[in-house]
Amino acid sequence: MAGGTQDWRLYKRPFAAIAGAPLFWLLLFFLVPMAIVWLYSFGENAGPADIAISGTLDNYKRAIEWLYLSIFLKSLAVAALVTLICLIIGFPVAMAITFAAPKWRPWLLLGIMLPFWTNLLIRTYALMTLMGTNGYANKGLNALWDGASWLRTFVGMQPLEAWTPVQLLYNNFAVVLGLVYVHLPFMVLPLYSALDRLDKSLIEASLDLGAGHLRTLMKIVVPLAGPGILAGVMITLIPALGAYLTPDLMGGTESQMIANVIERQFKRANDWPFGAALSFLLIYAMFILIALQSMRRDKGREAH
Amino acid sequence: MSDPQPIIQIRNVSKRFGKVTAVDNVNLDIMAGEFFVLLGPSGCGKTTLLRMIAGFELPTEGQIIIDGVDVSDVPPNKRPVNMVFQSYAVFPHMSVADNVAYGLKIRGVGRGEREDRVREALELVKLGGFEDRMPDQMSGGQRQRVALARSLVMRPKVLLLDEPLSALDAKLRAQMQFELSDLQDQVGITFVTVTHDQDEALSMASRIAVINKGEVAQLAGPSDLYEFPANRFVADFVGSVNIFEGKLTLDEPDKAAVECPGIGKVYLNHGVTGPHGADVWIALRPEKIYLHVPGEGKAVRAAAQDAPDGHNFARGVIKGMSYLGDITLYEIKLDSGEMIRVSRPNLSRHDQEDFTWDDRVSMHWRADSPVVLLS
Repeated sequence: MAGGTQDWRLYKRPFAAIAGAPLFWLLLFFLVPMAIVWLYSFGENAGPADIAISGTLDNYKRAIEWLYLSIFLKSLAVAALVTLICLIIGFPVAMAITFAAPKWRPWLLLGIMLPFWTNLLIRTYALMTLMGTNGYANKGLNALWDGASWLRTFVGMQPLEAWTPVQLLYNNFAVVLGLVYVHLPFMVLPLYSALDRLDKSLIEASLDLGAGHLRTLMKIVVPLAGPGILAGVMITLIPALGAYLTPDLMGGTESQMIANVIERQFKRANDWPFGAALSFLLIYAMFILIALQSMRRDKGREAH
Repeated sequence: MSDPQPIIQIRNVSKRFGKVTAVDNVNLDIMAGEFFVLLGPSGCGKTTLLRMIAGFELPTEGQIIIDGVDVSDVPPNKRPVNMVFQSYAVFPHMSVADNVAYGLKIRGVGRGEREDRVREALELVKLGGFEDRMPDQMSGGQRQRVALARSLVMRPKVLLLDEPLSALDAKLRAQMQFELSDLQDQVGITFVTVTHDQDEALSMASRIAVINKGEVAQLAGPSDLYEFPANRFVADFVGSVNIFEGKLTLDEPDKAAVECPGIGKVYLNHGVTGPHGADVWIALRPEKIYLHVPGEGKAVRAAAQDAPDGHNFARGVIKGMSYLGDITLYEIKLDSGEMIRVSRPNLSRHDQEDFTWDDRVSMHWRADSPVVLLS
């Protein structure tokens, strides 16, 4: 839309009328509250409901103490692991949808998006009923165990010890599984859109020149789907890093993430300035990630 | 080259997609060193046939034999053929040299030999010095040359080209037609090309298979295809043609005659071996009809003297004209009411002024010009 009659500079008033409302909304409900919280991060508690903005950096000093920094780094590690697992699962899924018959594609995409339309809380509790010590996962394992035990007696061996349920919930494993479950669509959709745009004859050309499927995947498909992969990684990593509900409900005491710590500062500890500093540390980290991504993208554009 | 022998044998090959039959029991032998063209309208199955040779589609029935080996179940990366895609499919994230070297690397050709062969291939397609360019810095024609070099560098037994010229503009297309023919002479590789463009097919091919509805309508060299079409589909698809329905009234070894309500009595100076009184069709190319102004009656009769009086002669009125520079095309309404197209070379710079709209004209054609079609 370069130049021409559609240039906003030629129609300043209509443009202002259209852009004004969303800009106002963004300013009033996003930037102003964020700015207030940002100012809090430089303040200190002056009373039970009173914060004095004194310009102190104590909150940030406390936030980078090992106690909190370790949780922050752990959150980053969990989010990175979740993103990696989503990528490993999501890529073949996106490939499968791309190469499915056209009449199946909308249904497969619907299958990916359907969980989106269900409340996160309901999805999380549903997953928890599966994974509890009395849940269906353990029941299924129990049945397999009993079957194996019976088989052993059948061939004259000692039966197995009684089944002890596996602790699937309230640990790091549960948090990672829950986050992967929630974030998989975020990964699949950008990957699908990148793969769908890929000229299929490039894949055929690679096969035609003697490459196997694995080499074609690594040398042609993955490099060309690169921007889509990066978009999927960012779009999964950032919300996973700030995840609150999943670690809160499915995690144990040792598996809380940074968002749970922040929540506790605002509520139970009633230490808004420190909570604000922790929040903004998280936001700064995301800014850095996004900046890195856009720098990479610019570099990619220059190369062309 | 020694005795030509089939490099590709297509044996009773059919391909069905669900209920749709794309290729229907095709048998073809393609000789080593040939420039073979599969010609047909879109959706006739020619591209499916090419993709089956490349291995991207497997035949539902039948066999494909390349250089004596049945490759019907062999995947594309194990076949001794390479393909130039309609979209060229040049890898956009690799330089020209990396594109061309891609297949050699997979084959395990050493670095030194690889670089030599890449340079050689690029020079062959006149892209020497373009090694470090990225594909998006090149024009469509140049990208196509990269695709050609990338395939030729593999030294395939057969090079497959899918609509190689369809994306080029008219001038470049004409130039590439010559270049592809030259290239094929130089490398001596069998070329199999798919096209819907009859000019392209006629100018490049050593042999052409016209495909219609998944079947081979005719297999012939370019001039045979044009001058001796086997049926109405081929006559109509290859070049421009006037077709008139008629009845065979005379059929002897050295002469034949067809009575056409549309254009009168048509006489041929050779037999057609068709059933007497049968419904047949006469095909007459526009450039094989001579146009005369009225009053030249004597001259016309003299010119048409290779036919008995009253044959190979018609009258009409010019209803349409299109001046194309080298020739002029006339749409003429015959006295029978049917239309006929006649083309006339503009031999002199003032010639074309002799004929204009609503002029009454006479026509004649030689006794060896019409073709009798039985189907």
